[in-house]
Amino acid sequence: MMQAREIGAEAPEIEVRIPSRPEWVALARLSVATVAARMHFNVDEIADLKLAVAEACTNAIQHARESDEIVITCRIYSNGLQICVRDFGIGTEAERIRSRDLGEPRVGGLGVYLIRALMDEVEYSVEAESGTVLMMFKKLGDSAR
Amino acid sequence: MARVDINMQVRSVNGSIAVVSLDGEIDVYTSPKVKDFIGKLIDKGTYTFAIDLQNVRYIDSTGLGVLIGGLKRVREHGGAVTLVSTNPQTRKIFDITGLIKVFDIYDSVDDAVKALK
Repeated sequence: MMQAREIGAEAPEIEVRIPSRPEWVALARLSVATVAARMHFNVDEIADLKLAVAEACTNAIQHARESDEIVITCRIYSNGLQICVRDFGIGTEAERIRSRDLGEPRVGGLGVYLIRALMDEVEYSVEAESGTVLMMFKKLGDSAR
Repeated sequence: MARVDINMQVRSVNGSIAVVSLDGEIDVYTSPKVKDFIGKLIDKGTYTFAIDLQNVRYIDSTGLGVLIGGLKRVREHGGAVTLVSTNPQTRKIFDITGLIKVFDIYDSVDDAVKALK
């Protein structure tokens, strides 16, 4: 369960829906960057958020078969930003959430590793019938709150 | 919406080292273009690369995958790849993923080329 967000706090939502195709991932990361900038995340944190959401979208495009759309939902909490990336495809849990072993350089497997490294909390929910939701949360630094 | 693309140029140093300059963003959309560009150079017999990432504003795991794939291919021929980057975010990604130990990253093209000689 996500613990870091302030339960009960009003959380405005911003939702972006993109076609599940590579050329639209930039829109997802720019949208999240805009939300994060309004929340006064610093430049490094915004770069982390852009990368994390892009990796989540890329993962959906590469592994979610038969999914036409990706929905990115940003929920603004007083202490941070929660981002949910949902696809509607079919994919096994193992291939979706597998993080790579850093011992051997190889192509692929880095995306999930980066998401886990850059965000404060990460949860995957894989549902056979309805697709996958990646929920991630990044805390806002004290100076920005 | 800003157009997301990547510009790629190559020049040869001493006839054997290819200096590849990348300008733009490397993501799931543009990384196949970079892979194709470098792959064609390898196909033509170039196995030593200095890849200049100084004008790369964004790189994700698909871009890292292209660099790893290129490195593996040239190593099969006794080649090498050095990188140029002063961007803190790019260096951070290489650090997090452990690729800082796989690639030698330099602050200038001259240093990256010297290391290959």
